[in-house]
Order: sequence, then structure tokens, then C-alpha cells
Amino acid sequence: MSEHAILLTALAILLLPLLSYAVLFFLGKKLPRQGDWLGTGLLGVAWLLSLRIFARFWAAGDPGLRVEGGVRWLDLGRFTADAGILVDGMTAIMLVVVTTVSFLVHLFSIGYMHGDRRYERFFAFLGFFTFSMLGIVLSNSLLFLYVFWELVGLASYLLIGFFFHKPSAAAANKKAFLTNRVGDFGFFLGILIFFTAYGTFNYFELFAAAHLSPLSGGLLTLAGVGLFMGCVGKSAQAPLHIWLPDAMEGPTPVSALIHAATMVAAGVYMVARLLPLFDPNALLVVAYVGAITAFLGATIAVVKTDIKKSLAYSTISQLGYMVMAMGVGVASAGMFHLWTHAFFKALLFLGSGSVIHAVHTQEMPLMGGLRRKMPITFWTFLIATLAISGVPFFSGFYSKDAILAGALAFGMTKAHYVPFLLALAAAGLTAFYMFRMVFLTFMGKPRDEERHHHAHESPWTMTVPLVTLAVLAVVSSGWRGPADGWFSRFVAPYDMARIVAQTPGAPHADEVHAVPATAHDEPALPQEPHGEPVHAEATHEAPAHGEAAHGDAHDAHVHHTAHIAAMILSILVAGLGILVSWLTYIRGRISAPAVLARLPRVHHVLQNMYFFDEFYAATVYRFTLWFSWLNGAFDRLVIDGIVNGMGYLTRVLSWFAGLADRYVVDGLVNGVGAVIQGAGEGFRRLQTGRVQSYLAYACFSVLLLVFVFRAL
Amino acid sequence: MADHLLSWMTFAPVIGAAVIAGLPGRYKDLTKWIAAAATAVPLLLAVQLFLQFDRTTANMQFTEHYTWIKSFNIEYFLGVDGLSVPMVLLTALLSFLCIIASWRIEKAVKGYFSLFLLLEAGMMGVFCALDFFLFYVFWEVMLLPMYFLIGIWGGPRKEYAAIKFFLYTLAGSVLMLLAMIAFYYNVKDPVTGGHTFNMLHMMDQANHGGILALSNVRFVIWMGLFIGFAIKVPVFPFHTWLPDAHVEAPTAVSVILAGVLLKMGTYGLLRISYPMLPDQAVGFMVPMAILGAINILYGAFCAMAQTDMKKLVAYSSVSHMGYVLLGMSAMNEVGINGAVLQMFNHGTITAMMFLCVGVIYDRAHHRDINGFGGLGLQLPVYTSVFSFALFAAVGLPGLSGFVSEAMVFIGAFPTHRTITIVSALGIVVGAAYVLWMLQRVFLGEKNAKYDSLPEISARELFTLVPIGIIVLVLGVYPMPVLDLMKVSLNHLIKVVAG
Repeated sequence: MSEHAILLTALAILLLPLLSYAVLFFLGKKLPRQGDWLGTGLLGVAWLLSLRIFARFWAAGDPGLRVEGGVRWLDLGRFTADAGILVDGMTAIMLVVVTTVSFLVHLFSIGYMHGDRRYERFFAFLGFFTFSMLGIVLSNSLLFLYVFWELVGLASYLLIGFFFHKPSAAAANKKAFLTNRVGDFGFFLGILIFFTAYGTFNYFELFAAAHLSPLSGGLLTLAGVGLFMGCVGKSAQAPLHIWLPDAMEGPTPVSALIHAATMVAAGVYMVARLLPLFDPNALLVVAYVGAITAFLGATIAVVKTDIKKSLAYSTISQLGYMVMAMGVGVASAGMFHLWTHAFFKALLFLGSGSVIHAVHTQEMPLMGGLRRKMPITFWTFLIATLAISGVPFFSGFYSKDAILAGALAFGMTKAHYVPFLLALAAAGLTAFYMFRMVFLTFMGKPRDEERHHHAHESPWTMTVPLVTLAVLAVVSSGWRGPADGWFSRFVAPYDMARIVAQTPGAPHADEVHAVPATAHDEPALPQEPHGEPVHAEATHEAPAHGEAAHGDAHDAHVHHTAHIAAMILSILVAGLGILVSWLTYIRGRISAPAVLARLPRVHHVLQNMYFFDEFYAATVYRFTLWFSWLNGAFDRLVIDGIVNGMGYLTRVLSWFAGLADRYVVDGLVNGVGAVIQGAGEGFRRLQTGRVQSYLAYACFSVLLLVFVFRAL
Repeated sequence: MADHLLSWMTFAPVIGAAVIAGLPGRYKDLTKWIAAAATAVPLLLAVQLFLQFDRTTANMQFTEHYTWIKSFNIEYFLGVDGLSVPMVLLTALLSFLCIIASWRIEKAVKGYFSLFLLLEAGMMGVFCALDFFLFYVFWEVMLLPMYFLIGIWGGPRKEYAAIKFFLYTLAGSVLMLLAMIAFYYNVKDPVTGGHTFNMLHMMDQANHGGILALSNVRFVIWMGLFIGFAIKVPVFPFHTWLPDAHVEAPTAVSVILAGVLLKMGTYGLLRISYPMLPDQAVGFMVPMAILGAINILYGAFCAMAQTDMKKLVAYSSVSHMGYVLLGMSAMNEVGINGAVLQMFNHGTITAMMFLCVGVIYDRAHHRDINGFGGLGLQLPVYTSVFSFALFAAVGLPGLSGFVSEAMVFIGAFPTHRTITIVSALGIVVGAAYVLWMLQRVFLGEKNAKYDSLPEISARELFTLVPIGIIVLVLGVYPMPVLDLMKVSLNHLIKVVAG
């Protein structure tokens, strides 16, 4: 596959879902089966093409290989902006994630959305979302990253509000869009700072420029935090995570695709992609925000009884892991978790969708004992649970373990242990709440006989995606996890020396320009020791040459120690979580109500999700509404008051003028008065709308002024 | 026609108005068709202009130059450059579509359509005139039909709104008039040595003499012109005529008002104030940026406080014109191109919004945001179209508003860092009021009261779809319009900011 072919393939992958959207939006109702086969089929093709690119990069074996091409989009002379496509290993990974989950969700939706009155519209929106998401993945510049970033926001808005006749859905989609806009405000400012400093939006030109002439410390941190705000919004990190649980108002396949596997991971992808633009201070913020979110989400997930809400908080928590990974310097471990999580979390959501489809409720207390009624759903759900809980040999174990190891090493080298401890606690909680979910839903005796009686296994269009994802939940990590280094073929730290060498300083050519990969003629670069995916990110300032070797050796030692310690600890906490869950919900040795009764305050806080929504309602929302009311009132009363007051004053004056006219002038000049009276009356004509006279005055004034000026 | 393209564009509507005036009042349909034809002519000529316009020069094109009033050196001088062509295109397009949108006017048909045609002539004239006196005449010519269109065909408070509009605008005109006369007496015609109204001569600083050499005087003239144009934009605190005029005006008039008339303020600043008083423009860039930021945020917050759909859209105009000011104040290539592109884009997007509000008002006979709910189920096509316009107003990428807003921010950031950051909050507040309205009107449970509302008609779609296509195309690829303007604007900014 030549570089040109890679670009064209990538373009086709991008445009196929857009085609699906356009056709289904305008013609969907007229197509047989409302065109569900078309949307699914086009996505299937995009999926196959993505696998082809994936295979190409697998075979290349060079994590620095990248292909870029673009066209001039804006050209004002000095200011230019290009629209371009970038394909490298990270892109290949993301393409597979997005198209795989999207294709399976399309397939699943054929069964799940059957009979909906806006069936074709649903598939159209799925296509639009997939297009936008692929745009994020394929863009090679901050500008177009932002463009598609907003478009996925729109897709999310449309799909959360798919059942917009429900007031809760109509509120949730607005909340999602606005919360994201708050994050995007920072994101956009970050982009502005970098563009103003370096005059380009292109990622690699920015990396090279930032590497050669870094911004001053404060501004760099500010810009990095700005960019990260975009991630905080999109990836539902605290304190902007509040929209994601509400987003569960959308149909469950949407929750799986957008609000679990792909869109919410866009923030993580963005940070990983732009890592050279973050300085250590900004990364410290990233690490803490991620760790806090991981813990926060896990604690709330423990007390939720709505299966989708619980999964939503689980997603928030897992995204926190990925974000933390970026901050603690193991970005490729974070990307690896993004990859494994996409499959097992999509599976969990689709599994919950299958359950909801069967029992028509989302409340776990009304379920129970579904194992025999829905065996495929049960077994696949269990596999995903094992994966997310970090049970060895399932995919989530490897990725979570790599992150925890990175966090511990970060703690050891930087004396910041808080992120690691929070993440470790979250790992235990994750195992607990996930098994709680399995036990409450599938095990034990049915708690609602009526619902249980009507429950049945879902049709093949729904179970095939479940089984496929279950297979991926096991194998997506590779048989030995990242230890054999396969993932770092795709996602490895940027090699800044090579990027600088490959990036011409001057603005690039007008036409399509493929950056030739120099991989073939350069000797292979020394790889990281496998097993610890990343330990020194490109942004960390390289120490002087002699120290580097020493520092590396020391770092490697720390990482080795951390890796073993983290692995043992994570297996222990996961086992503990499962054990407690089993004792509580199967054996009944621990009574959940009794435990909660002994911790009433904790329970209260968790039940109310740490009161984030209440806090915003009392502060931000209230202030905004009050402030807008104030502005409106100010406009009506003060500004318009002044305007009307002046009008009134004029009328009063004109009345006096009229009075004076009638009695003074008229009295003096009898007979002529009738003519002059018009002057006073004239002011009053304001009220009658005789404006022609004003034009006459205007012309008269022109002449008058002409003479005045001439006299000067 | 090719020789006098601009004259034909300006006076074809006048001919139409004359024909309508001579027609007996009972031929209502014929009147409408004549009006449509009289606006179609400028539209077709605008297409020709678009195709033939030379994008490589900053010089005036399609010029027509005749002596008009010899004793005062007043000339009939028309011409267009990259600044005026987008405005001319916008005027031609919106005027035609507004005639179609006015098809259901039944009250005093003859008067309505002839006044509307005169209005178009005035607008075209303003954008084409290169003689200050001629400019002023067209500026005033435009005023009168607008006054009557609001005052006769308007809503319940039409008299108040019409008079407020008229007095405000007239106050602006007076200030402009003073400035014009000051220029007339202190600018020398380089050929004859006499006084001149020729705007191109006024732009050449070498011709400035007399009191124009005094910087205090220049500042006073600048302020006079600025306030005069600011009223039209409208810039806070001169904006309160706008919500009243918009709310009371009939739909098509609101479209013209917001789509074209507001642009005359910023057009005047760029056509007259900037090139004639470049030193003052540079000196005023910080206040201008601050006023832009106030417009953006104040307009957005005021919009959020409204319960009348049309008033909300009117305040959104205040907010969106703030971006134009901010872009102009940047004094660089990106900023000024973004500002003029935003003028064009706001014209199209706000036209869609007002047309959409008109559609629902014609059916439900009210515009109370809280009085609807769940229309999305009842009127799916209408909902899609209106949502499209609203998301364009929110600055959604892929639609034209995003491009110009982003350009404004990119341009303004290096010049006014803090002000730009504060203004960027507008993208959050702007989304808030639009989505909140969307939620209250279209989402949620269906209101049984509106079960029989008919879906948007083909005629209404005909007025909306062409604008929608422009909004989409320019959002995906904005160069067709930027190519028209960039050479002239880059030249302008070079003259002003060096």
C-alpha cells in the first residue's frame, strides 16, 4: 500500500459514513427497510478499509511512520490554513476502534431500534457521528481537530436528544452541549495561543516549532491547560463530568458508541496526540484531574441502581485512568487502555441494552436471575466484567496494570503518590461494582417475576455484536499484553529529532503533499525496553548527554520496581473487590443496607453524586440566569429609559415652544403668527409620523451648513 | 447593461416601483410578480458581477463617473471593490427572497411593494456610491421606505418603533453630514484643486488640508462618524432601537433590517472612517475592541433574558455584530477579512432565523418562547430548517458563522489578548440562549394546542433553502467569498495599519 493509497483509503473511510448520513437523512424513508442495511453496509466497508490500514502499519513496524496530505483551505495571503489528513500508528489504532464499534453498534441497532418511528433518522445520525469522530482521528491540524470536535458534539446532542419528546432527554442534550462548550472555550484559547506563537495549526509543524523555540513557561502551561480543558469537557473529567450520566437518556446503542467507546475517548486521544505541547506543570494538572476523576466515578458507580447510570460512572472512572496515564508519563499505556476499554465497555453497554430490551427497565433491583433466560448476554457481559475488573489474562488487566505501574513510578520519581493511591482504590472499587452489577442482574432469584417471565434472549443482530466484542475483550490486548511490544509499534513516544528533521520550517506546498516516511532508509531507532511502554515522554526536557544515560538507567530501575509492585497490588485489590461483592450479593455475609446505614453521610454524598449538580445549580446556572435578567432589565429600564426620557423631554420642550409661539409670537405679530405656529407644531408631529418634513430639514441644513462653512 | 451594471442594479427596482405605482391597486398578484421581477434583475446582475469581478486588484471596478451638480462638484460616481461586492450580493439576494417571503401581504399591497423596491435601490446605492454626497443621498433614501414599512405594516407598537428607528438613524445622519461637509471643504481635488465629494480623493491623505491637518479636529470628525455608524451597527449603548424595530417590523422587513441595514454601519466605518482617518482608526482600536466585546456578551445575555422569539433573534444580532467590531479592531489581515466575512455570514444566518420566526408567527400568531413546546414532532421539516439556522448562529463548524467567528478571534487575539479571551466567552453564552430556546420551542412534550399547525410550505422553503445552501457551502469552503474581498481588504489594512 503506497502512501498515496493510504491517504485515499483514509479519505474513503472518512467519507463513507458521511455518505450514509446524507442518503439516509434525505431519502431514508423511501428506501427498503428504511436504509438500515445501507448505513450498516457502508460502515462495514469502512471497517474493512480500516483493518487494511491497520495491517499496513502492523507490517511497517515503525512507530514513527506517518503519512500526511492536505489541501489549502483558507488563503488570505499571509494567513493560510490547510485541511489535511494524517495517518500514523495512533490513527490506525483509532480508526479500528471507531469503525469496529460503530459497525457493531449499527448492527445491534437494527434489532434494538426496530419499530422506532424515526428509525432511519437514527441510522443517519449514527453515520454523521461516525464521520465526525473519524474527522477527529484523521485531522492533521488543531483547526480541523476543533471543527470535528464540535461536530461530534452536535452528533452527541442529536443522539442524546433522540427521544426529544421526553423532557429529561431534552434537558440532557442541552446540558451535554453546553458543558462541552465550557471545555471548548479553554480548548479554543489553547489553540489561539499556539497559533499566535507559531503561525501554524499543523500538529507536526507545531511540535517542531515548539521544540525548537518553546513558549515561556507560564504561557506554555496556560496553553496546555487550555487544551486540556477541551479534554475535561469531552472526556467527562471532573468537574465537567456532570453531562455524561445524563447523556444516558440517549438510546443504549448510542451510549455504547458515543458515550463509552469513542467520543468520550476523544479527549484522551487529543492529549496523547498533542503531548509535546504540554509542559510538566500542565501534565501534573492532567495527572491529578484524571486520578480524582477515576476515584470519584468509581465511588458513585458503587451506589447507583440504574444499570446504565452505573456504567456511565464507570466510564467516567475509566476515562480518568486514561487521562491520568497521560499526566504521569505513560501516554501509550493510556492509549492502550483506550483501545481495550473501547471494546469491553461497548460490550457492557450493549449487554445492558440487551437486558433493558428484554425486561424494559434499567433498575437493577427489578432484575435478577436473568442468567438462564439470556445466556449469551450473560456470558458476554461476564467476560467484559472480568476485563474491566482487571482479572489477569483479560485485556483490561494489561492496560490498567500498565497505567498503575506508570502512576506508581511517577509517585516514586516525583513524590506525587496521590494519583497512584486514588487509582489503586478505584481499581478495587471497579471490581466490586462490576461484579455487583453482574450479581444483581443475572444471578440470584428474579426479583420481579412479571418482568422475568417476559424476558428472552435478543435476536442475532444483537447477539452477534455481543459475541464479537466479547472475543475482542479477551484478545484485544494481545496474548501476552503489551509485553511483546506489539502496541508500541503503533503508539510510541514521538521522536522529536525525527519530527524536526521531517518538518520543513516554511509553510508547505499548495498541492496535496505527502510527507514521505523516511523509515525505509533510516536505521531502525532503538526501541524502549518492552513491558514498560513509556517512561520518558518527549516533552520532558532532555537532560544533558552524560546525565541522560544515568537518568535512563535509574528510571528503568524505578519502572521495573514499580511494575512488579503495581501488578501485585492491582491483582490483590481486584480480588478483594470481587470477594467483597461475592460475599455481599451472593453469600449474603455482608449486608449492603447495614453497611450504608453505618455510613449515612458517605451514603448521602454518594447518592447525590457529590452534589456537583446542586452546586452548579446554585452558582453557575443561577448567576447566569440572574445576570441575563439583569442585562435585559438594564436594557429595558436604564438605556431605553434614557432614550424615552430624552424623547419625552423633547416633547415637553416643544410644548413650551408651541405655547410661547401661540401667545408670545402670535400676540406680537398678528396674522403672521399662523405661519410661524407651524414651527412649534412641527415638533409635535413627531407623534404623528410626518417625517417628510425632516428630510426637508435635512436638506435645508445641508444648504445652511454649506453657507456656514463657506463663511468660515 | 454591462456598461452600467451598477446603475441597473440600483435603478431596476426604482423602475419596478414606478410601474407598480402606476398600476391600479386591484391587480395584487401582478404587483407581486412585478416586484419579484424588479428584484430578480439585480440578482441576475449580481451573479454577473460575481463572475466578472476581478479578484486580483484592490481598485474600484465597474465604475461609472458623471458630473451631477457641477457648482458643488457633486458627481454621480459608482464603483465596487472587494468590500462592497459581498454586500451588493447580499442585498440582491435578500431583497429578492424577501419579496417572495412577503407574498402573503394583503394590506396596501401597492404601497408595500413599491416602498420595498425603493428600499432596495437605496441599499444598493449606498454600497456602490463613491461620491460622499451621493452616498448620503442614498443613505437617506433608504431611511424613508423603512420608516413607512415599519410604521404601516408593523405590529402593535409600530408607531413607537418606527419613530424610534427614524430619529435614531437621523441623529446618526446628522453627524455624518457634518463630517461630510468638513471633508468637502478641506479635501482638495488633485486635478482641479477645488472642493470635492469624491471619496477616493478623500481617502488620499495627501489631499487633506485645512482643519483636517489638526489632530483634534480629526478626532472630533472620527467620533462623529463613529457614532453615526455605531447607531446603525448598532453598538452598545445606541442599540435599543433595534429590538423594537425588529419586533414590530413585518418578517421581510426584519430580514432586510438585520441582514443588510446593520451592515451599513460597519461598511461605513470601513469605507469611510478607516481609509479617510487611518490615524484615528488605529488610535481607536482598543475602545473599538472593548465595544465589540460588550456587544458580544451584553447582546448574548440580553438575548437569554427574552421570551419573544423575535426579540431573542434581534439581540443575537447585537451580539454577532460585536464580532465584526472585534475583527475590525484587530488591525490585521485575518481580523478584517473575518469581520467582513462575518458581515456577510450574519446577513445570511440572521435572515434565515427571521424567516423561520415569521413562519411560526404566521401559523400560531404569537412568538412566545414559553408558549410552544414539542414542535419537533408536529413540524419536523420546519424544525430541521430552524435548527440548522440556529446552529449556524451558534457558530457550529461546517456552517459559515464558524469560519468568520474563528477568523475574528484568530485576528484579534494577538492584538487584544484579554479582550479576546473575554469575548470568547460569547461562544458559551451564545450556545446557551439558542439551545435553551430550541429546547423550549421544539423539544419536550407536544403541546396539544398546536396539533393542527401546518408544516412549512414550499414557498417558505424556497426562501430558506438557497440561504441555507450558501451557509453550508461557505462553512465548508469559505474561499469563494474571501477571494472576492481579500485583496481589497488586505490593501485597506495596509493603508490603515501599515
